[in-house]
Amino acid sequence: MRRFLFGLIGILVVAVIGFVALTWRSELPPMAPRAAASFDPALVAKGADLAAIGSCDVCHTKPGGRTYAGGYPLETPFGVLYSTNITPDPDTGIGAWSQAAFTRAMREGVDRRGRHLYPAFPYDHFTLTTDSDIAAIYAFMMTRQPVSARNEDARLNFPLNFRIFAAGWKLLFLHHDELKPEPSRDAAWNRGRYLVTGLGHCGACHTPRNSLGAEKRHRPFAGGDGRNWYSPALDASSPSPIPWSAEQVFNYLRHDFDPLHGQVAGPMAPVNHNLARVPEADVRAIAAYTASLNDTDAATQQRQTQTALAFARDREATLPIMRASTATTPRQPEPPDASAQSKEGAAIFAGACATCHHGGGEWPSTRPVPLGLSTTVHGPDARNLLHIVVDGIHPRPGESGKIMPGFAGALTDAQIVALAGYVRSRFSDKPAWTGMAEALQQIRRRPAVTEAP
Amino acid sequence: MTELIVNGERHTVDVDPATPLLYVLRNELKLNGAKFGCGLGQCGACTVMLDSDPVFACLIPIVAVDGRRVRTVEGLGTAEHPGPVQRAFMDEQAAQCGYCIPGMIMRAQALLERKAGASEDDIRQHMEPNLCRCGTHMRILAAVKRAAVTMRSAEKPSRQREAGR
Repeated sequence: MRRFLFGLIGILVVAVIGFVALTWRSELPPMAPRAAASFDPALVAKGADLAAIGSCDVCHTKPGGRTYAGGYPLETPFGVLYSTNITPDPDTGIGAWSQAAFTRAMREGVDRRGRHLYPAFPYDHFTLTTDSDIAAIYAFMMTRQPVSARNEDARLNFPLNFRIFAAGWKLLFLHHDELKPEPSRDAAWNRGRYLVTGLGHCGACHTPRNSLGAEKRHRPFAGGDGRNWYSPALDASSPSPIPWSAEQVFNYLRHDFDPLHGQVAGPMAPVNHNLARVPEADVRAIAAYTASLNDTDAATQQRQTQTALAFARDREATLPIMRASTATTPRQPEPPDASAQSKEGAAIFAGACATCHHGGGEWPSTRPVPLGLSTTVHGPDARNLLHIVVDGIHPRPGESGKIMPGFAGALTDAQIVALAGYVRSRFSDKPAWTGMAEALQQIRRRPAVTEAP
Repeated sequence: MTELIVNGERHTVDVDPATPLLYVLRNELKLNGAKFGCGLGQCGACTVMLDSDPVFACLIPIVAVDGRRVRTVEGLGTAEHPGPVQRAFMDEQAAQCGYCIPGMIMRAQALLERKAGASEDDIRQHMEPNLCRCGTHMRILAAVKRAAVTMRSAEKPSRQREAGR
């Protein structure tokens, strides 16, 4: 018995020593402040584009806060994390970080002092980013305006609040793969793959995660979750009625809108805002790679487009409603087979939505794609539609763009659920959504997240 | 039949359930305060209050209003006895053509009922959906700020009384 105990203790000691040896990271010496002018302006400019492709600002800026000063609350199944201040403030930001410390953080998820960073920071993607690109991002970040803003502590559920768990997570899920060029594909596709899988960390939202919060590597881009929105699958399982072509992905990412898919909304909007400002060739590359994920040849694309268009047009043309006129209309005969809820949904749609969502709408600022083509309406759950009905769609302050008013105060929960159920059955051939009331309550519980300025 | 409670009065109307509330207010109940602007929920001229929220009456079908409390600018006061928000709009001469004003007043009313003494930032953010084509936004802002002050000072003594109990 005693020998057994000693043996067990021995194994434990060896395991702990091994774990510590594998995960312990030393503090890197603080760097004396470095003048912004000492960075090569060309490198800074390149870093600006790369930081935009990585959408660093989207998470590292809180609503109404200074850009890159952190504090954005990221809600995860494990608790709430706050993004950190990545401005070059020496005390509260990364002003004392050397290039080596910055590169280590990007690749290994360790801060300058050697603390393990939680994987909400997508270092599991940045492992693929080249040294020279990380150097450019470093030059860009170190030449931003320093902002003094203390980092907020994460509020994670016990025992995950101990950072040692982040170290264990990395042993399991942080891979240091290399991207080998795919010779059968052109340079744009290879560039796109580099940006999408690496710096762009698209999979952080668009790939499903396992119970420990790691991306399922065997199902890349099969659809995930971002800020309580459904992040659509980008592979062949995409719910989009029309398979995305590279040109369509480009339109969407660059101009927020594609005539056969629709308008950007939700957490993708600030990403597109960045992609509207980076070199066009990079967005085309991202589009080329992304479109290749659904693996659809041109003939199939063409055929499915025709089918989807015919379906969408038919569902609109046969709507049993009239365009609302300013005159009050007498009561219309109701379809005899409809349930009370779908009748209510149909009436709400006719009164609240049809002015724009019927026959293409009258004004360019509101003209939407037919709902029958919408990924939102065809998605696996109702969250995106519910978000849009509640909060609407708004351009960023001071910019032009499509507008839809939100109906948060106008419609009750039951009315919104009836409306969403009607839209689903009317404009898609997919099965009815379940869990709408619960999803709506969750969406209603918090105010709409304002986008980073 | 749809039952409506408008400015505290019950009405029963027999129209198609998809008919926007605005048309019922104006055509059936002859409450012409709320205006038809764009019909798309983009200008705010039709703004009324539904329970405690400001809504675009042009985009809310009557079926969704069944049994809920609707308030229009007519419910806030009369020419002789204007409510505090109406009074402030008059004192600041906030109207040019006046078409947007009933909607502006109702949106402001909703904010100040929830948050008497709202800050200028609150007001700017809250009033954002309502547009004025004459460009009197600065006077409208001044009016809402004035109303915020009067409504807060009206609220204070009653709060003190409550606290003293």
